[in-house]
Amino acid sequence: MANLLKIKNLHAIVENKEILKGINLEVNEGEIHAIMGPNGSGKSTLASVLTGNPKYEVTRGSILFKEKELLDMEPADRAREGIFLSFQYPIEIPGVSMVNFMRAALNEQRKYRGEEQISASNFLKLMRDKRELLGIDSQLVSRSVNEGFSGGEKKRNEIFQMAMLDPALAILDETDSGLDIDALRIVAAGVNALHSPEKAAIVITHYQRLLDYIEPDVVHVLYDGRIIKTGGPDLALELEEKGYDWLVNP
Amino acid sequence: MIEQQYIDLFNDYRSEIDANSVAGLNRHREAAFEAFNKSGFPTSKLEDYKHTDVSRVFDGDLGLNLRNIPVPVDPYEAFKCDVPNLNTNVYFLINDRFYTNGRRQGPLPEGVFAGSLQEFSETHPGAFNSCYAKIADYSGNGNGVVAYNTMFAQDGFVIYVPENVILEKPLQLINILRGGVDLNVNRRILIVAEKNAQVKLLVCDHTVDDVQFVVTQVVEVVADRGAQVDFYELEENSEKVKKLNNVYSEQKENSNVTVSGITLHNGFTRNNYRFRLLGEHAEAHIGGLAICDKEQHVDNFAFLDHSVPNCLSNELFKYSLQDSATGVFCGRILVEKDAQKTLAYQNNKNLCVSEEARMFSKPQLEIYADDVKCSHGLTTGQLDEDAMFYLQARGIPKEEARMLLMVAFTQDVVDLIRIDTLRDRLVQLINKRFRGELIRCGNCNVCK
Repeated sequence: MANLLKIKNLHAIVENKEILKGINLEVNEGEIHAIMGPNGSGKSTLASVLTGNPKYEVTRGSILFKEKELLDMEPADRAREGIFLSFQYPIEIPGVSMVNFMRAALNEQRKYRGEEQISASNFLKLMRDKRELLGIDSQLVSRSVNEGFSGGEKKRNEIFQMAMLDPALAILDETDSGLDIDALRIVAAGVNALHSPEKAAIVITHYQRLLDYIEPDVVHVLYDGRIIKTGGPDLALELEEKGYDWLVNP
Repeated sequence: MIEQQYIDLFNDYRSEIDANSVAGLNRHREAAFEAFNKSGFPTSKLEDYKHTDVSRVFDGDLGLNLRNIPVPVDPYEAFKCDVPNLNTNVYFLINDRFYTNGRRQGPLPEGVFAGSLQEFSETHPGAFNSCYAKIADYSGNGNGVVAYNTMFAQDGFVIYVPENVILEKPLQLINILRGGVDLNVNRRILIVAEKNAQVKLLVCDHTVDDVQFVVTQVVEVVADRGAQVDFYELEENSEKVKKLNNVYSEQKENSNVTVSGITLHNGFTRNNYRFRLLGEHAEAHIGGLAICDKEQHVDNFAFLDHSVPNCLSNELFKYSLQDSATGVFCGRILVEKDAQKTLAYQNNKNLCVSEEARMFSKPQLEIYADDVKCSHGLTTGQLDEDAMFYLQARGIPKEEARMLLMVAFTQDVVDLIRIDTLRDRLVQLINKRFRGELIRCGNCNVCK
């Protein structure tokens, strides 16, 4: 299995406070990694840093994605290289329709790969197929991006976008929060359907619940800006049972 | 005194002004002249003109085409203009004159008049006399521009729709500025919708020549009981144009007047909107959008007067300012003592995307009735950083993300427009405007 992502000694600060204190993580093609950990441990910061959110500043370390240094890339280029973040709090953008947004995003990615713009009919077909996969109402995609969407609709819309853009590495930042059990099943089924041997996913979650549906190969525990424990799927079950205390205060 | 040269001009050329106009318009010159003598042009000493000194606009050597010397242009040739699928009649004002080359327009329903103000005053004296210079008040401080316009106006455009007639298709009026020397243009537009009549008028402004223009425009809108009037203005003037626009509207019961002023490109613009809701259950919707960069200046002043109960007014003004552009908004809502159950909403949202851009905004609510719903909102800020990142995180480069958000910002003003094809066209024009692809005047951008 080829390596997809290699994070080495990553340190990052936000508002002068160090949040990531030396993260090391390798993700290979075909793998699903779960990152768990208590509130404030740096899980969302890691997702933000991987995608290039300008609010976070990387002070040390490197992130190689397909052997290219991500830290030298603009956020849009990272996305076009194949990184996708399912936002914990998706942003509402009044005045930008879902259709225009997806067409623009898809065509930017195609342009980056030197491909032609997608034809109108192929685009509409793709939209319809992916909508059906996620059980998204056609009304929803004719509206402005996330505007007036319920919490569950927003999360589902994130996975819909992921399906449209077909990334090599998907990062799901607490995609399960705010989802009822039916929505969770649909979202997880979508994620599983999109998974393939040349792709990888990082699933950030508080709860074992999501991992019942999306089975991880590797589970990491992030605490105080470092990965303090790595294990197999059983680790998630153990955490569910015992909490984090036994790891934090051994 | 800046006014003196215009006072002299008026006195010296009075007979020629009259000779090249008609009795209906000439009748008002004396009173307008007296009013202008008293008020002069508004200066920035007046609170309502604090950021827009009108008197300075006239401080220059401007010509007036009082003798109606023909301007050499055939707009039917120069402007292949029809909004796609709008499929409508197109009329022209060249500077301040109605233009016709005898070409026949498509048929209009019986009784409808669309054409020259001069002609209308003679063929429809009753309607003309009850409206012209009656809706647009030129007395009093701050109305100097309307007085000035009434002194010098010699022609203009009229759309008159008699009782119960519905004009399904919108009409388009194209204002063309042409001249070999710096010019002052004084233009009138009259929109009369009788009981239950309906009309939609789109007015597009274009500059052809690269000289200074000072344009005063007075628009009078009369909406009788149950009438519906849509009046959309699209300004695409050169940076050398200073436009002083005054839109006056009077509405009877159950009427609906929807006005949108879209400034796509300009030099210096002041739009005064004065709306009077005189009959119950009347609705007024006013939208304004200004896209400005470089040194451009747009000042919208809206005065909504609710004097009777159960009326609704809704205002939405948005400004997108770059470089050293200046935006000014003043929204005054007056709810008089008897105007119970009034609904009056006002919203002003502004985007200042450069450090030098300036926005001055002032909501003013004056409410004397006690059972009303009135609200106003005002925000001025930059592009939403979270939205910027969200778009980029999907692979849309920064500059493109910025474009998307700037265009998105204008969307709700565009949505107020009730002509589908115009809305679609406008979105494209706004896109081009932000990309700096627009404004090669010499052709109508609405139609290219």
